Amino acid sequence: MNQVPLWVEAAVAALLVSSGVFVLVSAVGFLRLPDFFLRMHPPAVAYTFGSWCVALAGVLYFSMIESRAVLHPWLIIIMLSVTVPMTTPLLARVALFRRRAAGAVDIPPPLTPPRGP
Amino acid sequence: MSALLSGGITFALGCYAVASVLVLVRLIRGPRAQDRVFALDLLYFHAMLVMLVLGIRHRSDMYFEAALLIALFSFVSSFAMAKFILRGEVIE
Repeated sequence: MNQVPLWVEAAVAALLVSSGVFVLVSAVGFLRLPDFFLRMHPPAVAYTFGSWCVALAGVLYFSMIESRAVLHPWLIIIMLSVTVPMTTPLLARVALFRRRAAGAVDIPPPLTPPRGP
Repeated sequence: MSALLSGGITFALGCYAVASVLVLVRLIRGPRAQDRVFALDLLYFHAMLVMLVLGIRHRSDMYFEAALLIALFSFVSSFAMAKFILRGEVIE
């Protein structure tokens, strides 16, 4: 347990504050935008910048505390960068599928024609 | 821990709390099921960020494993619910 120098604490605090601001802005956008397809975009800011800032703050702070390279917060970034691009397009497909099933007219047609009997 | 870092931690936690309340409003209002699934995914994500920040605050590595578990559960639950809405069953 080392004493952490002040500039490291300032850098960690700046990263945490920017992460909080990014997450707050994305939540406001998620609440206020009128349509689901528009609403899917602001959380991308939180998913990327929010998690990157917090993980980098963790890497910096724990590396300074333990006087060695502590790299395991990168696992969070790697895990999110693998899982988020799977869930969000699936939810977009859910929205598209349900609107098609409801008979909406302002959505693009399917790429492949439906299979007949 | 300096006042700078503890102030930054408190600010970040406050931002996450306010953002979670905003997302919770979207979760309750809907209007469709996919909005609710997405809002739940975001709530999981905010909980994961809170875990990471608490790990920095208490200088502990245990919070990191909790954050990783929350990220895993978030992926599994969102994927399963989206699949259920899309196809009517989770595993065909």
